[in-house]
Amino acid sequence: MIDDPLREPAWVRWTLIALAVGAMVLLVLLPLLMVLSAAFGEGFRAWWAALEEPDARSALSLTLFTVAIVLPINAVFGTLMAWALARFRFRGKRLLLSLIDLPFAVSPVVAGLCLVLLFGSQGWFAQWLAAHDIKILFARPGIVLATLFITFPFVVRELIPLMEQQGADEELAARSLGASAWTMFSRVTLPNIKWGLLYGVLLCSARAMGEFGAVSVVSGHIRGLTNTLPLHIEILYNEFDTTAAFAAASLLSGLALVTLVVKFWIESRHGDVIAASHRRTS
Amino acid sequence: MTVAVATAIRSPRGRNPLPGFGLSLGLGLSWLSLVVLLPLLALSVRAVGLGVDGWWRALGDPRVRAALELSFGTAFIAASCASIVGALVAWVLVRYRFPGRRLLDALVDLPFALPTAVAGIALTAIYSANGWIGRWLEPYGLKVAYTSTGIVLALIFIGLPFAVRTVQPMLETLGREQEEAAASLGASRFTALRRVIFPELLPGLLTGFSLAFARGLGEYGSVIFIAGNLPYKTEIAPLLITIRLEEYDYNAAIALAALLLAGSFLSLLAINAIPLLFAHERRRGGRDDR
Repeated sequence: MIDDPLREPAWVRWTLIALAVGAMVLLVLLPLLMVLSAAFGEGFRAWWAALEEPDARSALSLTLFTVAIVLPINAVFGTLMAWALARFRFRGKRLLLSLIDLPFAVSPVVAGLCLVLLFGSQGWFAQWLAAHDIKILFARPGIVLATLFITFPFVVRELIPLMEQQGADEELAARSLGASAWTMFSRVTLPNIKWGLLYGVLLCSARAMGEFGAVSVVSGHIRGLTNTLPLHIEILYNEFDTTAAFAAASLLSGLALVTLVVKFWIESRHGDVIAASHRRTS
Repeated sequence: MTVAVATAIRSPRGRNPLPGFGLSLGLGLSWLSLVVLLPLLALSVRAVGLGVDGWWRALGDPRVRAALELSFGTAFIAASCASIVGALVAWVLVRYRFPGRRLLDALVDLPFALPTAVAGIALTAIYSANGWIGRWLEPYGLKVAYTSTGIVLALIFIGLPFAVRTVQPMLETLGREQEEAAASLGASRFTALRRVIFPELLPGLLTGFSLAFARGLGEYGSVIFIAGNLPYKTEIAPLLITIRLEEYDYNAAIALAALLLAGSFLSLLAINAIPLLFAHERRRGGRDDR
């Protein structure tokens, strides 16, 4: 036991464990505790009062509105793209995969700037938009577009490895037994990928609710109109209203924690159907 | 039957009996072009349109150069730190069993899920002069919040999940035979780590580094709170983009954004090239003669 050549001595093991746990506590857990402590530092009433404020309410509703639009769109188009990429071979597939990854690597601020260059007063579509009296920047459509850009890869990237791992046998069997395309999809494909899909949608929603940089550039920060919850936090924080800022932050952290808990639950219950993909969500 | 169909799907062209290729690829591609590619194209066209003159003027601004240096520098340092800490955490998670291991595993994803602005104000509160940790560093003259150290710290936070989650699966699938062979040949644990395990993990480490670097380069939300945002000192490139944009100085914003975009492209390119590079080396048996 003691002389197992593939195991480090106990003191090395425990030092490494202590270092890793210490680093994670210091870097990751402490900020979370800070949010909770600062949010409830002045009691539950102050926390509630900060969230009851009309500006906070409208910021929360705009955030939920954005998520409600972005999630279904990403789920549908993510599944479509994953179907094409996981089930077929075609020229340029590698290139397409890299293009899908682009929003992961592009700075959110750059994404926001791109939208300004398209829809801003000097943008490509400026005249057309003005002629038709459509407002995209500094309005809800801009915020939705920015969020769509940022969250584009999440569902596709989650589904491709899962579908590749599952293979096409069941779908081919369904087709050979005469199932229509839709029957095959709804009775075979969808049940097979549903947990992976839910998982991707969860990651996507966490990102969509918390997106800051891209939305900040296109929103115009109009209070009560185009402020999302993260932008609301920034305003409160810059006005030194720390308690209110952290109260709003605690709400977003709560949503993030729910995401993690559900993800944890899916992993432990349905680990087999997302196992292959679960480390590759980055 | 299944065998016949299964060979059909592997055939290089046509005869794939699954439906919906044209529809799914067509719709998917159109959507990708509309939401992601068209905006990026707009930036690229405008960046080229700046011409030599515009670029010269934009990059001649010392404030722009300082911001770029700061962004690339802090992203590099933070990605290196995140890779080291990430490798340690991944190692401990895969190789050791201890109480709270699964909780630690779940904690790794927190920076993914936690909104960047929330992380930003929390880190600032912790490391400011009267914060939980800042208070203890203050007497020693160590300042984290409102300095470039704070920027690096925020970027480590952002990059950590990438570093852990790229190395972790590689460690999990790493066979122990080679380690056993090394041990039976008399190698110490440290030698085995250095000459057997580390080379195997290197692609994962590099991928994690590139991801953390790309994210760190463009990170905005978590950094602007802790950075202090002093021009020439602690002003990151993404922040300067928003400032120039508010001043309607589009050309400077476009030049900065184009350079950040180029940085992201190169990181993605590296991420895609790393597996190919190492596969090539492996085929040649390049690792054996080390």
